[in-house]
Amino acid sequence: MPYREDIALMAHLMRRAGFGEPRGDLDARVAKGYEAVVEELLHPEDQPAINDELMYRIFPGYEGALGPPINQADWVFRMVNTKRPLEEKMALFWHQLFATSNAKVDNPPELTRQIAMFREHGLGSYRNLLVELAKSPAMIFWLDNHGNHDGAINENWGRELLELFSMGVGNYSEDDIKNAARAFTGWSIAPKIPRNPLGRFFWKFEYKPEDHDDEEKTFLGNTGNLNGEDIMGIIVDQPASPRFLARHLYRFFVADEPQVSAWNTTPPNDPEAIEILVEAYSESQGDIRSILRVLFNSEFFKNSGFARVKSPAELIVGTVRMAGNYDGFKPGFNNLALECGWQGQELLNPPSVEGWQTGSAWIDAGALMRRVNFAAGVLGDISLPGVRAIIGRVRDQGNTTPQGLVAACLDAMGPLEVGDETLRELLTHALKGGELAWNTDEEISASENRVGKMLTLIAASRDYQFA
Amino acid sequence: MATTKKDPVLVILQLTGANDYLNTIVPYTNGLYWDNRPKVNIPEDLVVPIDDELAFRSDMDSFKGLYDQGKLAIINGIGFENSPRSHFRAMDIWHTCEPDKIGIDGWVAKVIRDLDPGGENVLKGVNFGQGLPRAMTMRGVSVTSVNHLATYGVFSSVRSSEQERAQLLDSFARMYAPAIGTGPTMEYLGQTGLDALKGADIIKVAPELYSSTVEYGNTAISTALKDVAQVHLAGLGTQVFYTSYGPFDTHFNQSGSHAKLWIDVSEAVDGFFADLREHDAGENVVMMVFSEFGRRVRDNGTGTDHGAAGVAFAIGDRVKGGMYGAYPSLKPEDLTQGDLAPSYDFRGFYSTLVDKWLGLDPVPIVGGQFEQMAFV
Repeated sequence: MPYREDIALMAHLMRRAGFGEPRGDLDARVAKGYEAVVEELLHPEDQPAINDELMYRIFPGYEGALGPPINQADWVFRMVNTKRPLEEKMALFWHQLFATSNAKVDNPPELTRQIAMFREHGLGSYRNLLVELAKSPAMIFWLDNHGNHDGAINENWGRELLELFSMGVGNYSEDDIKNAARAFTGWSIAPKIPRNPLGRFFWKFEYKPEDHDDEEKTFLGNTGNLNGEDIMGIIVDQPASPRFLARHLYRFFVADEPQVSAWNTTPPNDPEAIEILVEAYSESQGDIRSILRVLFNSEFFKNSGFARVKSPAELIVGTVRMAGNYDGFKPGFNNLALECGWQGQELLNPPSVEGWQTGSAWIDAGALMRRVNFAAGVLGDISLPGVRAIIGRVRDQGNTTPQGLVAACLDAMGPLEVGDETLRELLTHALKGGELAWNTDEEISASENRVGKMLTLIAASRDYQFA
Repeated sequence: MATTKKDPVLVILQLTGANDYLNTIVPYTNGLYWDNRPKVNIPEDLVVPIDDELAFRSDMDSFKGLYDQGKLAIINGIGFENSPRSHFRAMDIWHTCEPDKIGIDGWVAKVIRDLDPGGENVLKGVNFGQGLPRAMTMRGVSVTSVNHLATYGVFSSVRSSEQERAQLLDSFARMYAPAIGTGPTMEYLGQTGLDALKGADIIKVAPELYSSTVEYGNTAISTALKDVAQVHLAGLGTQVFYTSYGPFDTHFNQSGSHAKLWIDVSEAVDGFFADLREHDAGENVVMMVFSEFGRRVRDNGTGTDHGAAGVAFAIGDRVKGGMYGAYPSLKPEDLTQGDLAPSYDFRGFYSTLVDKWLGLDPVPIVGGQFEQMAFV
């Protein structure tokens, strides 16, 4: 029994810290030990990266792709095939938190570069990441910092930096916003190179000292000739910042929280967990990797089943990783990228600078129908390699009873845990088909079909909607 | 005596990718048109004049026919100030009525909310296509999005026998049945799952009830409008339909592709209104047609780039056909960055339809007071 719990816990970790792991790979992970696997996840640099050169040779259209869904497919390919699941998951986390949208930027290659920056810096120092963010050309354009001039400030970046990216409403004054904006004057984009005749060039960050406000500024009680780096240094030392970041990490990895706009009036669901993460932030001076180490090893993380609704990207990528039908360079990633949008999460194009509304906001009748039909269609296809592997496990266990069928399918799909009501209905369904047999070709074919239908039903369940 | 008045219905057809206004309603006698469009023009033998200045392109013949019957209004110079040349941004603005900031809630979703405040009919608003347009999304507003009507439903993606499918659907309904004490998210999922099932159950009667002598074309837009007709004729209480067609983004080799797009749209619209006529069900239907912006005045050799002002249409038995608004000037000094300057705010067009056709207060829906027109 303890081993069963270890396997379930490992499946939980791999779903949350990554996009799920086939059942067949979990035993080896459990053998390594939970903490060791957390450590492995926290050090993606020890695992091979996606080979960009090879990928762009096979999918030449991906490189510098100018529009959806191709630029999104590039990312979905990485989510499905990465050997560095946490690195990719953190890129998605930062994309949600520092939401930058193609609706305005209208430059998918720049957004793709921003995501690559999240991969590179997303597990390091928070301060450093904020500085990189301030230099991201897509972000500069998105929040108009190229229009933020000495003597004529544009507050957009300064305001969102404090309100949505680091501290949250209620922790600074309007003057702090103005002074933050002044400190970021001159953080701009180099003059763009005309597209013709050579095509599109990447934008380039450029610091323009002649456009920077060098006068004295006061920001959150600190006075001096502050520049952008100084602002980030002050922000990360504010008590509000670790609290804000902790709540975002909790919401993304542990359990659904109220929508961000309500955070200054609604306390966290689990204040103790937030305190633990805040402490990890203080001890590590804002080192993301250290905070995540505490998070994944915490009891509140380990006991957080059914507490988070999967985002569309998690549902789609997790499902095809289980089915194994997109392992490697296969056609069809465009469809997966489009499917994310159809389910309500168009990657690189979040609805606003506040990112996506999460939790039960992912669910409406249309979106739920798509989620169910997508997952049920994929996992009910008994020709797919991952589904064949699941069937193999069920068969090898010699299951012939309806109870055995249900238990073996749930185990092979995760292990997945489902509520009593769902379990009862799965069993009722299985009982209608009677006993299974695996002897003659006909029996095998009928039993395989039975397994496929059981996977269909599990994939369509309410329980499957949870991360 | 019981009222026989039917609820008004709005069908929205979005031409995605920026339809070329100049080659849709063609200023065929204007020398500046020919100066600016040496390559990408509609030759004189392929225009169908409306008057001495403007003409339809000949492949939109159903539009011409409806115009001649007084059932089609042409809304000239539609757009908004500081029109961005970005498809995504411009389409968002059309969808949310928020030109100055990033909007969240869709204007059509607000219409549906106000038509059905209790959210009693999950089919009050129906989209035909993949995923929901932002115009129809808003927290708390349930709408239905149908890819193909013939196969719509839970488990449509699963290969199964009739009996297996029935069993799966039965188990699905049981799995989503209310379960007390399972937590708010679980309960919400249950309710939503049953809503989806119910919507699919109701809507599947539409193809069963439908019969018609009208033959639609073999294009996606004909199929979508045929689906709209089927659901409308089934009388399921749907008041807003949405569908889109494209891509109208004709930067390159425009002449052939733009002609094909208009042949498809014209044929589909023709079939749709013929179908409504055959069933005497067109009296309460207005169709609006729009695109996110028009295209650059000067052509680029084989196509046209992103522009500003565009054209919209309102079509239906109750529409007062004709020309509305002024065709924008092509004079160089009147252009904005080489584009036709919008002369009519799209929110006025929406307001007209919301107020005069659907009978709702347009102000909270489009975010303010805008000049209405008298086409309905």
